[in-house]
Amino acid sequence: MTRRALVALGLPVVLVATWWVLSAGSTSFFWPPLSAIVAAFPTTWTADPIAHDVLPSLARLTAGYLVALVVGVAAGVAIGSDRVLRALCEPVLEFLRAIPPPVLVPVIALFAGYTGSTTKVVTIALGCLWPILLNTVEGVRSLDEVLRDTARSYRLGRLTTLRQVVLRGSSPRIAAGARQALSVGVILMVISELFGADRGLGAAVVRFQRGFAIPQMWTGIILLGLLGVALSGLFRLVEHRTLAWYRGLRQAEREV
Amino acid sequence: MSTTALDVRNLAKTYDGHGRDVEAVRDLTFRVDRGELVCVVGPSGAGKTTLLRCVAGLLDSSGGTVHLDGVPVTGPPAGMAVVFQEYGRSLFPWLTVRGNVGLPLKEKGLDRPTRAAKVDAALAAVGLCDSADAHPWQLSGGMQQRVAIARAVAYEPSVLLMDEPFASVDAQTRAELEDLVRDLWQDLGVTVLFVTHDIDEAVYLGQRVLVLSNRPTVVLEDVRVDLPTARDQLRTRSSPAFAAARNRVYELVQRAKQGHRPLPRATGARAMSTGTTAEG
Ligand SMILES: Nc1ncnc2c1ncn2[C@@H]1O[C@H](COP(=O)(O)OP(=O)(O)O)[C@@H](O)[C@H]1O
Ligand SMILES: [Mg+2]
Repeated sequence: MTRRALVALGLPVVLVATWWVLSAGSTSFFWPPLSAIVAAFPTTWTADPIAHDVLPSLARLTAGYLVALVVGVAAGVAIGSDRVLRALCEPVLEFLRAIPPPVLVPVIALFAGYTGSTTKVVTIALGCLWPILLNTVEGVRSLDEVLRDTARSYRLGRLTTLRQVVLRGSSPRIAAGARQALSVGVILMVISELFGADRGLGAAVVRFQRGFAIPQMWTGIILLGLLGVALSGLFRLVEHRTLAWYRGLRQAEREV
Repeated sequence: MSTTALDVRNLAKTYDGHGRDVEAVRDLTFRVDRGELVCVVGPSGAGKTTLLRCVAGLLDSSGGTVHLDGVPVTGPPAGMAVVFQEYGRSLFPWLTVRGNVGLPLKEKGLDRPTRAAKVDAALAAVGLCDSADAHPWQLSGGMQQRVAIARAVAYEPSVLLMDEPFASVDAQTRAELEDLVRDLWQDLGVTVLFVTHDIDEAVYLGQRVLVLSNRPTVVLEDVRVDLPTARDQLRTRSSPAFAAARNRVYELVQRAKQGHRPLPRATGARAMSTGTTAEG
């Protein structure tokens, strides 16, 4: 346990130390010493910016991500279960997936405006949707035929089959899609804030940069990085609990 | 008439592959009485799985009818349990052994204590009490097979279909599982249709053995096995009656492999021959 923690923390510690040493005597305006950045942290991220920049960003990320999760899984199950629907949807999905989500920001802003939350939430949701949707389709499609037959022959109802067989059986793929979507979501959370002069984490970084508050700008970037790590840690925790069977199954298959 | 559990008449199934049709089953007619244990043998690819899936209501036939207790089978009927050839893949890997056995009972609407009692009884019957909280992938092939059987038994079906259930377990386990099936069948009074490609197994287990022709499949012959109800791996298998039945079935299967068919496209004659053996 401690060994694993040491291994996991090893490289970050080395990198931070290297940054610290290399930047120690820096006089460059754009590359302040790490010590200066760290010193700026507590004064930059006080209660007010946390309440007005960090929390709204997180709220929008959560809302967009959850919408994508619900819509993606629901549509994915429907498309994955029906061969005809899949044949109809596949070309359209491939096209839509190829569109980089950031270009949607101006389009969505036409309807919802740049400053409000709606544009940002919709952008995040649309970006997160594709990895979740496509992975769910694949997960449902590749569900073992024998399991489906088993569910049918024991006359499991639609709801039980959906919950106990289809969703659980495709949960490893859904989780893989959800993990991809999480990093897409964080990126879109920042990008969607770069357009409008609103508040938010990404907006704060731009604000600091425009005000030449360079150490503060760096604290914002570091905070975003930490946020990403925290979210992926949270994700792993959930995944660890719900997909224990899948890890066991994979391991058992490898040992054969 | 009311003693007939399964009534399969002129069953036919042609798979329409891309451009090339595969006539798997041409014309199968047979009956299984309530409480009977009937084995089906045939060469690999003869359409045994196809037959079973049609009987189970999992596959639409291209012709003919299947009746269970006088009711036509159009989808998976109530009171029927299937143990699949790919038993390992038929267990839900995300559920424990207990969860796998209990899920169909939950769907039946049984309350928790009743469910727990039935699950425990079924696991005890197959000798798996100690593994109730394990996941299927933690078990050996033979144990997984027992879980699949326990699930079927706990479901309390009136008809149990088994598709080459012991094809991929070792000989020792196989003998144990064969006796388990005999015991369960006698204790529960369930009707069993048991598919296998193993002639010895078919003769050892069955009261009757249906020998299938090769593809396109018809019933080559319906062999009655004259062995005592109490069977024993050692004594039964070395008895003259066993050898006689085994040789008879072996010969028929050899003929089936060589492409022998009952009578060239004479549905009437075939119906007659199955009729006489069913009565005789
Ligand atoms: N889904 C399918 N599509 C096309 N052909 C199939 C399909 N399933 C089985 N067959 C063909 O039908 C024949 C009988 O198959 P099957 O019932 O599995 O035989 P058995 O169980 O006796 O080995 C085989 O020739 C097989 O290739
Ligand atoms: Mg088969």
